[in-house]
Amino acid sequence: MRSFFQRQGKFRPLTKTDERGMDGATIPEDLWTKCPKCGELLYTRELERNDRVCTKCSYHFRLSARERIDTLVDAGTFEEWDTEIRPTDPLEFTEPKGSYADKLVQTAKKSGENESLITGIGKINGRPIAIVVSEFSFLGASMGSVFGEKLVRAVERAIDLRIPVLTVNASGGARMHEGLFSLMQMAKTIAAFHRLGEHRLPHFSLLVDPCYGGVPASFATVADVMLAEPGALIGFAGQRVIEQVTRQKLPEGFQTAEFLLGHGMIDQIIERGNIRHTLMVLSDHYVGRPANAQTGYPRGLLAEDPVVDEVVENVRVGEEA
Amino acid sequence: MTDEVITPESQLTAMDRVRLARDPNRPGTLDYVNELLERVVELRGDRSFGDDQALIGGLGTFRGRAVVWMGHQGGTNTKENLERNFGMPRPEGFRKAKRLMQHAEKFALPIITFVDTSGADPGISSEERGQATAIAECLLQMIGTRVPIVCTVIGEGGSGGALSISLGDRMLMLENAVYAVASPEACAAILWKDAGKAAEAAATMRVTAADLQRFGMVDELIAEPIPAHEATRDTIRTVGERIEHHLAEVIASWDKDDNAAIEAMLDKRYQKYRVMGAWTTV
Repeated sequence: MRSFFQRQGKFRPLTKTDERGMDGATIPEDLWTKCPKCGELLYTRELERNDRVCTKCSYHFRLSARERIDTLVDAGTFEEWDTEIRPTDPLEFTEPKGSYADKLVQTAKKSGENESLITGIGKINGRPIAIVVSEFSFLGASMGSVFGEKLVRAVERAIDLRIPVLTVNASGGARMHEGLFSLMQMAKTIAAFHRLGEHRLPHFSLLVDPCYGGVPASFATVADVMLAEPGALIGFAGQRVIEQVTRQKLPEGFQTAEFLLGHGMIDQIIERGNIRHTLMVLSDHYVGRPANAQTGYPRGLLAEDPVVDEVVENVRVGEEA
Repeated sequence: MTDEVITPESQLTAMDRVRLARDPNRPGTLDYVNELLERVVELRGDRSFGDDQALIGGLGTFRGRAVVWMGHQGGTNTKENLERNFGMPRPEGFRKAKRLMQHAEKFALPIITFVDTSGADPGISSEERGQATAIAECLLQMIGTRVPIVCTVIGEGGSGGALSISLGDRMLMLENAVYAVASPEACAAILWKDAGKAAEAAATMRVTAADLQRFGMVDELIAEPIPAHEATRDTIRTVGERIEHHLAEVIASWDKDDNAAIEAMLDKRYQKYRVMGAWTTV
């Protein structure tokens, strides 16, 4: 206990009032990041090098959509699609804090994004893939009209290009401010994935923390391969709602990725560091390796992608990688 | 007493419609099925875990033609409500609906659905058995089902639980039915921090049949000159006529043995949902 306090004294995050380091230079506030799970103070730069996975307890920090894309694709290969589509206020929705139209402006300013979904094409070890990532800081990655439209356009393009689709799904639920337009995005997106399937192109869904409501109740849980990050909370109804309605205590580990795996709802729980490799292998299985991509699952790429180094070439089923 | 005629439509708020839609005496799926269909056979069970009496379905003859029917069904008293979980389907309900859609496809039988639920069950065991996945799989099946589908919102259309059996070629809605992405109470609890502000939420969420027709989500609003619970038989008869009309239209261009005709129908269904949304470009 004593050593804990000593360490805290030495490493505690610096506040605005004592921003000066020993040499008098300004030290950024975010030099250290505390792990919410194990409490360890992590050197932020090291945490980032580790794709924001705690180096002590493997807690997976939430990523912004753009951080996520950086961890997935070969550097410099991501081309964003449909950035010109912007949300509007079809219901003229008004809540106590003001209009939806105003809220959109404020949220865009705060989050730096125009909507809760980023789509585009990128390469994973040379394999092209359509990538769809939700941005939780934009109104809880709720599924509004723009989310639906961008997602459907991405799927339609993937059909034209004959490439797989990866969706990375965090969501807090419906965009209530868009009423039934929001609900209908469930129909619209699932219709697009139905078409993708008819063209025999695969959809890989990665569920990340937290993923609730209309997204998992539509396209995100009917993917051809269902993956989830460790510890991610995933479900239809939120935990507070369930507690209020049922007045029951929720079982331990309820709605975690591990709970879903145990109940047969997902294929694999996957550590962030292994996602690229897994997607590459999956892509090759379903659509074949492009002629110009590296052959095999090359160790030659490993310098760029140290993660692959740790993955045994032929993992036997039932054994740990 | 005056003999002035009051037109109620103009005076009803969105929340009034919500209350009408939830009226316990409002006709439910079983009332429509028993009145409009002959030789009804209920088909029960999801073949995996159980039978959900909140989402029921089966076979019947509608206007001389064999169809598959399905719909949400709540109870009219406490005992029935417990049996039917207040009309809130569990995963077994959605899996049964999916099974019946596949059944309809196998025997080339058109599908008619009746939508009337406050939403999917939000319980611990439903989550354990994959509520989200069950809804999603039902939607995925429905959008590609190779037979004509006509859906009617007869009461409360609550969120994903309602959507699960609402993807079809035609969407009809009774004048005093509502259809919403979340209940007005839930919306008010989240955005107003007060479930008591449901009336305000209902108004701004645009949940009425007239609103949804304006947005192109409802193909026909079926008038209720007298609210359904006060004019049960008349309402059911009118709904039957309108379902017949729309089903006949869809069936006219469909042929169970003509792949191109089926694909054309599915393409129309795709486009119907493809255009739903509101956005701008910069």
